[in-house]
Amino acid sequence: MSTRFLPLIAFIGLALLLFVGVRMNSGKDNSAIPSPLIGKPAPPFSLPVLNQQDRMIKTDDLKGQSYLLNVWGSWCPACQIEHPVITELAKSGKVKVVGYNYKDETEAANQWLQQFGNPYDLILFDEAGRVALDWGIYGAPETFLVDAGGIVRWKHVGPITPEIIEQEILPLLESKQ
Amino acid sequence: MKKIIFLALFFFSQALLAIDPTDYRNAEEEQRFRSLAAELRCVMCQNQSLADSNAMIAKDLRLELLSLIREGKSDEEIKQFMVTRYTDFVLYKPPMRPGTWLLWFGPLLVLLFGALSVFVIVKKRSAAMPASSIPNNHPQDDSEQEW
Repeated sequence: MSTRFLPLIAFIGLALLLFVGVRMNSGKDNSAIPSPLIGKPAPPFSLPVLNQQDRMIKTDDLKGQSYLLNVWGSWCPACQIEHPVITELAKSGKVKVVGYNYKDETEAANQWLQQFGNPYDLILFDEAGRVALDWGIYGAPETFLVDAGGIVRWKHVGPITPEIIEQEILPLLESKQ
Repeated sequence: MKKIIFLALFFFSQALLAIDPTDYRNAEEEQRFRSLAAELRCVMCQNQSLADSNAMIAKDLRLELLSLIREGKSDEEIKQFMVTRYTDFVLYKPPMRPGTWLLWFGPLLVLLFGALSVFVIVKKRSAAMPASSIPNNHPQDDSEQEW
């Protein structure tokens, strides 16, 4: 008698597994690769500043203050979407916002900044995009939070929203003070 | 027919052009590059390998791959380079670790469970066989037959 229910029990087990699997993944962006850099020092780089090709900035130069590294490019439509949000955060003065101009051209980048505004404290210019590989960047926009000690604390793939700032970035900034 | 072959060759050569970043120095280098590019997953369009993808980042990573090969890095070192930057995501073949044991051995577990179930069922039935094989289909019992 009890064996008669065995297939049913097996089916319920499978259904449960499916349910849990779907629940675990719902609402998450599964294409976003988690950063292996979290909790590790920011990768060393040396990049020129946009419009100041002679002024090189190294990873260590940014130490001493936490900063948001925002990857953008004039070729990236989603960057336009998040730009007002980034601008507002930069204006609030809660965190220093560093731009990382990824695989762009100087002229196009400047035009874009003129059109949408420049909220950045500093813009690193990486035309070849080689530094992106070390950071595990694979597109734009992407945003990192690096603490004063130069440790990467957080990463987000895709446009930043006010909710993300409220729920993820600000609590991280506050927890460190 | 000739036309079809020509067209096939034409499109295939186009596809190959998309893959190759530069000229290879020798056949061995080309062979290594191709096998590694096929084994690594494109981080942008995750259902394609590094070799298949036309994404910007895939092109950059292919160039990086070639320069790592030229630097004399081993296949293992190159894969490690990718994994430290982009996690295990870039490997089509996940590494064997406690965290991936279920992935590697899960199917075997299911197979074993199935085999065990079949074994138990067959054993039970064959044990019940002598009893049920006694003919009990008397013509008078027709009314009791479940239809």
